[in-house]
Amino acid sequence: MNMSKIVRSAAHLLFPAILVYGFYIVVHGHLTPGGGFQGGAVIATGFVLLYVAFSYQRLQEWFHLDSFKNAEALGLLLFIVTALVALGLGATFFYNWMANTGGLFGMPVPFGPNPGYLNTAGTIPIMNIAVGVEVLGAMSVILFYMLRGIKGGDE
Amino acid sequence: MRKIVSVVVILVLAVGILVSTTMFDFGNPASGEMDTYMLANGQVQTGGNNIVTDVVFDYRGFDTLGEATVLFTAVLGVGLVFRRMRNKKEEEYEYE
Repeated sequence: MNMSKIVRSAAHLLFPAILVYGFYIVVHGHLTPGGGFQGGAVIATGFVLLYVAFSYQRLQEWFHLDSFKNAEALGLLLFIVTALVALGLGATFFYNWMANTGGLFGMPVPFGPNPGYLNTAGTIPIMNIAVGVEVLGAMSVILFYMLRGIKGGDE
Repeated sequence: MRKIVSVVVILVLAVGILVSTTMFDFGNPASGEMDTYMLANGQVQTGGNNIVTDVVFDYRGFDTLGEATVLFTAVLGVGLVFRRMRNKKEEEYEYE
């Protein structure tokens, strides 16, 4: 049960733009308003747009529902592992062990306005990406479960 | 006896609500010790320009862990409620 050709063409055009915008919100979470939760929700709306515009069968040819479940679990695991590594290094749980070290995401930032450098903030970008992956999987799975009940959605 | 207890409970709740709404001015003080500290040191200590993200993912990481766990559990609940039901007997639901 497909929607009309206009809806399908619009979905084809908008889907990459939505993915890019959501990824931008996730990756720039430590610089601009937004973060993992918001960006993951935006990415999930892209998948739901595909779901609404095309049928469940067409979507299953492109993605597996299980891959979204795996993304959700992997995101939560990456989040916890990032926090646990600090415990392994002798600091407290959730200590920001990558900030101001000069390595990956470790550029020191002076106090005051700056243009916004991506290579800063230590573990915060990694946790943003982990939460983004988790939220995109979780929101997609929830909405797929709910939309499966619409007519012709699951046959 | 139960009537007396209920009247007492209602009185205590009403007085508590009245006191709590009239005793303090709304939104006062505008800033406390903790948010001043985060505004002054958050950018230097964590390196992130966005103080809100610094608080959510660094200073209050446990809270975010709880949020992520709540989301995970919500998906489990939705999967339980919206599980696929075929035309079988009630006991033979297919779990997936």
